[in-house]
Amino acid sequence: MENSGLNLKATELRLGLPGSESPERQSSDENKKKKKASTVVLSLKGLAGPGAKRGYSDAIDSKWVFSGNTSDGSINNNGGKCVSGSDSGLCCSVVKESGGAQSPKPAVVVQEKKSHTHNHGSAPSKAQVVGWPPIRSFRKNSMSSHSAKNDDDSEAKLGIECLYVKVSMDGAPYLRKVDLKTYGSYMELSSALEKMFSCFTIGQCGSHNVLSRDGLSESRLMDLLHGSEYVLTYEDKDGDWMLVGDVPWEMFTNSCKRLRIMKSSEAIGLAPRAMEKCRNRN
Amino acid sequence: MESYSKRKRECPSSPESTQPSSFPDEVLERVLALLTSHKDRSSVSLVCKDWYNAERWSRTRVFIGNCYSVSPEILARRFPNIRCVILKGKPRFSDFNLVPHNWGADIHAWLVAFANNYPFLEELRLKRMAVNDESLEFLALNFPNFKVLSLLSCDGFSTDGLAAITTHCKNLTELDIHENGVEDRSGNWLSCFPESFTSLEVLNYANLSSEVNFDALERLVSRCKSLKVLKVNKSISLEQLQRLLVRAPQLVELGTGTFVQELTPRQCAELESAFNNCKNIHTLSGLWEATVLHLPALYPACSNLTFLNLSYAALQSGELAKLLAHCPRLQRLWVLDTVEDKGLEAVGSNCPLLEELRVFPADPFDEEIIHGVTEAGFLAVSFGCRRLHYVLYFCRQMTNAAVATIVQNCPDFTHFRLCIMNPGQPDYLTNEPMDEAFGAVVRTCTKLQRLSVSGLLTDLTFEYIGNYAKNLEVLSVAFAGSSDWGMQCVLGGCSKLRKLEIRDCPFGNLALLSGLEKYESMRSLWMSACKLTMSGCRRLAREMPRLNVEVMKEDGSDDGHADKVYVYRTVAGPRRDAPPSVLTL
Repeated sequence: MENSGLNLKATELRLGLPGSESPERQSSDENKKKKKASTVVLSLKGLAGPGAKRGYSDAIDSKWVFSGNTSDGSINNNGGKCVSGSDSGLCCSVVKESGGAQSPKPAVVVQEKKSHTHNHGSAPSKAQVVGWPPIRSFRKNSMSSHSAKNDDDSEAKLGIECLYVKVSMDGAPYLRKVDLKTYGSYMELSSALEKMFSCFTIGQCGSHNVLSRDGLSESRLMDLLHGSEYVLTYEDKDGDWMLVGDVPWEMFTNSCKRLRIMKSSEAIGLAPRAMEKCRNRN
Repeated sequence: MESYSKRKRECPSSPESTQPSSFPDEVLERVLALLTSHKDRSSVSLVCKDWYNAERWSRTRVFIGNCYSVSPEILARRFPNIRCVILKGKPRFSDFNLVPHNWGADIHAWLVAFANNYPFLEELRLKRMAVNDESLEFLALNFPNFKVLSLLSCDGFSTDGLAAITTHCKNLTELDIHENGVEDRSGNWLSCFPESFTSLEVLNYANLSSEVNFDALERLVSRCKSLKVLKVNKSISLEQLQRLLVRAPQLVELGTGTFVQELTPRQCAELESAFNNCKNIHTLSGLWEATVLHLPALYPACSNLTFLNLSYAALQSGELAKLLAHCPRLQRLWVLDTVEDKGLEAVGSNCPLLEELRVFPADPFDEEIIHGVTEAGFLAVSFGCRRLHYVLYFCRQMTNAAVATIVQNCPDFTHFRLCIMNPGQPDYLTNEPMDEAFGAVVRTCTKLQRLSVSGLLTDLTFEYIGNYAKNLEVLSVAFAGSSDWGMQCVLGGCSKLRKLEIRDCPFGNLALLSGLEKYESMRSLWMSACKLTMSGCRRLAREMPRLNVEVMKEDGSDDGHADKVYVYRTVAGPRRDAPPSVLTL
């Protein structure tokens, strides 16, 4: 388990005191980073502390091109927004290592892609390669309800039939997307999210584990969600983070841009403090 | 035979005089008329002059893989009796916006030549051609016998052009509008089919977005008793779909509309019953927004399903698994990567007859969302589906070991297209290049015809390809290789190579010129964002006059640098319709 690049430990949810990071977890990740220039998706994301903002890192040099380094870079982006200075230092050094390891490629910066704003400070623009991945334009357009268009700043794509918003969970290695229109109430939304994120409870991890989820984990997550461990929050049209459940459902679907399953420790005095924290990380 | 009464004898020799055991021409033509494969016909035409002539008189269907390789005049001179033309235009990378918009491949000159030489033309199938409304109207008005129009990946036309077709083509049997850049002005083209029109067998307008007049569509479907293929667009609801199905239970291929709607229990039952009556469906597509709510209505129609296209339905693994349990005969499956590895495990368990799998990314450009499928899903499919021979797989991570196991399980691959979406990404477990993966593919899959490579690759990959991929016909390469040697290996080793498309690789003039002798045996070569210079391209053009060497310059690029190069063999000489951004050397 330790040798696999999956680093499942890093993606475990820890129920420790707010803001704490178990020291041995970090150093094992650091060692892994130094061994492999090309970082594994999950392990680096696991490095992100609780509540770390995912987004386009301004730790990355703007001259950096979208080449072989990308996989590291994009992951670095997410992990780069670390809380502590030492973490971001680590991430930067990983980028340099991997820069050396790979053969030089012609720069393919063609379009600057506008960053997806988390509206907490500016994220730098990210280079986008023309015609890559090789998806035909008709398919891109047909799927436009599922992916935000390249030049679209909004994170909620409002379609006639659907309303997709991203859902992140603190400590989970990747985001999901849900269509708010398929739910009629907060109950439905919350149980759907439980199903979606139950695989991130202790001992399991998404697609890399063939164990089926057992009822225990789901109810455990329900405890986590309904109990004091996690709260469901959302970002509204004005960019404020609010607790889910305060407004009528219709009003909520109309103003929700993004969802986040936040540790309740982070959500104390939610609106001002959480936002400030997020701003400081940029 | 009509051709016999119309033809003029050009060949002076009479068959009996020179050859003791030759056939009269008429008999030879009869025999050759039975040949359908284009390759066979090409071979036949090379045997001797008699056979060449017999073949050209008896050929009714012609396939032109590159519209600039031959001119309409040359075509008309050689083949006097063509009823069906299949024509392909732009290089494939135009699908990904790498080709300038006004590059060419305009159908109009061809249509004018056809009107003069093939007034009884029945069938036209175009891929990546520029087609405008004027051309569609010309087509509709000048070919009274016209039956089949298929437009795939074309652009430049609008629904007005389609209206011309539906208004005037009284004998139309097939209208297939597939994956095009169409300007969708309205759905009234469908209402232009006259009420007396009943010959339609194939209607595919899934590409379009405007609503058509539903009553007109319902009446059309009712009166066209031979309708076998119906693929509607998103604007058709479930309720409307049910009404169409009731009128066309004989359908063999169905493309649904949007597959989600608030239905009463009675409506749900009606929908299920309609599907239950469609026992002949072997192809199913559309299914926009399909969810677990309504998919079960489909189950009764799935028993004979061989092709299921779910690439517009963002299903989760559980939903897919339940659906696949009803599709035991499935041979071809297209899905989105929202099904994840777990969904692919279900594929492996439920579809032992599977031959083709395509997994498309739901969010290819959104780096924040890193779910989708991995090597685990591909492995699971390979263990369960030993007949797999065609794969298109978009993923964000892969390992050499996984690919080696996959091809061991499925050695019969003819088409292996793997797209690791981050350019130049190595094996995520070992951090090594993906050379060994593709080495395993070409060594094990001796029947391999088409290969797309990705990930971090050195020249070693191309050495393997050159050494082992002896049946390879099409190779796509992006962000790979270390030096000219890589491309040289491919050009030197792959004797059957027809199409080579390369982007963003460190291959330069040395590599380009090493293929001097080879390009005439290929259909085309595309190289963009490589290390070619104008002087290298000029040299190629000078030495090989029967190749067209076209260079497309980017704005602001270095004068000596050849940004995009397209090389193809032709008997028609340099083309005269190139826009200013395309230089023919």
